[in-house]
Amino acid sequence: MSWFRKDKDKDQPLPEPKKVRTEGLWIKCDSCGAIIWKKDLEAGQSVCSKCGFHFKITAAERLKQLFDGGAYQEFAERLRATDPLSFVDQKPYGERLEQARSKTGLQDAIITAEGRIEGRTVVVAALEYRFIGGSMGSVVGEKITRAIERAIERKAPLVIVSASGGARMMEGMASLIQMAKISAALTHLSDAKLPFISVLTDPTTGGVTASFAMLGDLNIAEPGALIGFAGPRVIEQTIRQKLPKGFQRAEFLLTHGMVDAVVPRTEMRDYLSRAFGFFCGPVA
Amino acid sequence: MTPVPQSGERSAWERVQLARHAERPHVVEYVERMFDSFDPVHGDRSFGDDPAILAGFAQFRGRPLMVIGQEKGRDTKGRMERNFGMPKPEGYRKALRVMQLAAKFGRPILTLLDTPGAYPGIDAEERGQAEAIARSLYEMARLDVPIIVVCIGEGGSGGALAMGVGNRILMLENAVYSVISPESCAAIVWRDATRAEEAAEALKLTAENLLGLGMIDAIVDEPADGAQCDWDEAAKLLGDAVERNLAELDKLTPAQLVAERYEKFRRMGGFFEEA
Ligand SMILES: [Zn+2]
Repeated sequence: MSWFRKDKDKDQPLPEPKKVRTEGLWIKCDSCGAIIWKKDLEAGQSVCSKCGFHFKITAAERLKQLFDGGAYQEFAERLRATDPLSFVDQKPYGERLEQARSKTGLQDAIITAEGRIEGRTVVVAALEYRFIGGSMGSVVGEKITRAIERAIERKAPLVIVSASGGARMMEGMASLIQMAKISAALTHLSDAKLPFISVLTDPTTGGVTASFAMLGDLNIAEPGALIGFAGPRVIEQTIRQKLPKGFQRAEFLLTHGMVDAVVPRTEMRDYLSRAFGFFCGPVA
Repeated sequence: MTPVPQSGERSAWERVQLARHAERPHVVEYVERMFDSFDPVHGDRSFGDDPAILAGFAQFRGRPLMVIGQEKGRDTKGRMERNFGMPKPEGYRKALRVMQLAAKFGRPILTLLDTPGAYPGIDAEERGQAEAIARSLYEMARLDVPIIVVCIGEGGSGGALAMGVGNRILMLENAVYSVISPESCAAIVWRDATRAEEAAEALKLTAENLLGLGMIDAIVDEPADGAQCDWDEAAKLLGDAVERNLAELDKLTPAQLVAERYEKFRRMGGFFEEA
């Protein structure tokens, strides 16, 4: 129940996360090399049982893991992106969106939902990294803002689980502005004295980190998650030197005072429940 | 000399060039020309003083005004000292401290945006660049005094927006404001930074584009061939725009100022909702 229980691994920086190989029934942990039965991995919330490496999970898996009985009710699921700039890079933005939709089954890079955590009604917004890098355009911005408004309406705590490369370039300035829009909405949540816990997962960078993800009443990170403003490559190009090991990992942010705790995925529900119990009292 | 194209005919890339022009006036030049007095305010009270952010209290046409801007520096030495106008966390924290100071005494705020972006470096990350920007966005949203934001040159992404939550968002005619620099955008989408010209066009980053998209409120005229040709005239035009907008915002109560600013940002962004 208390913080000093399971921290024995926290000072060992986790190795670089790599892509999950999903073919077949067995998965090799790219961190420790262990061969894990896929069903075991899933049963263990996609955390390597040998080394504790946190595999990336989808927004839907995240919600299932967080809510009681894996049950939740989605809202604002019908919002769809427009293409305000008629942006074309290697392919038109509209086409890129369609591909991301069919790959993920989502309309955009986020699921917003309401459900219960240990019996308490909580609003959760979870970003979907597989949808154009979890990037934040107008739909993500609007859905997070609506999640904040819903939390106020329901007098419920808010959790935002971030996994994002930042603002969505293809929507131009409108995507940048979402940072300000969401941050402003969070002042209303704060005025309503409702808690907001920001959960930072691998990776969280750019305009997402530089807005709501750093504005939690508590900011907590999954072990080994890459978290920063500028991406490591941009920094390396700017300063022309290699970055120190563990730089911008969750544990680095903890020692630099930017997150309140590094919480393993398997303890996330309990942590949130304790925190909301502290802030809001027992479930009515 | 090649003739400078007339305002309406300039391409996005030409605007980018003008916004970054070596002779373009920066915050220092505007401050020297627009105000009857200006006293700089230094430091974030926690770590240090970031020379990339110039802040201070001023007298502007007979009224008090707090001024904060990103300063790029002019010559090589100046640019190094100012870190090319790329603020670090202590810069954003200084800016916020100064804005809160203004709000405490009911003084309006003018922010001048001119930065390639927030500094991407090890020290900036260690001291919480992301948190500093986030905090500024959050706190600016609830300052109960008039805030006028003017993008005077380069509005570089989150590093500019951090000081950009205002009741009025203005842009100089040849300024640009973008989610990403054209070079970085080109490097990402085509793996070729030399295609920045195309990226500049695609990003819709000019004042005209952004006015059309509803992202800014108005465009401030520059001297015919650009602000770099006549600093005095550029400062006068900017001063007139600031004066006009302050007069409008004078009519609002502190609570109305906060609510109006909130509604403005709440509406921004395009999407559609299926039935
Ligand atoms: Zn492992």
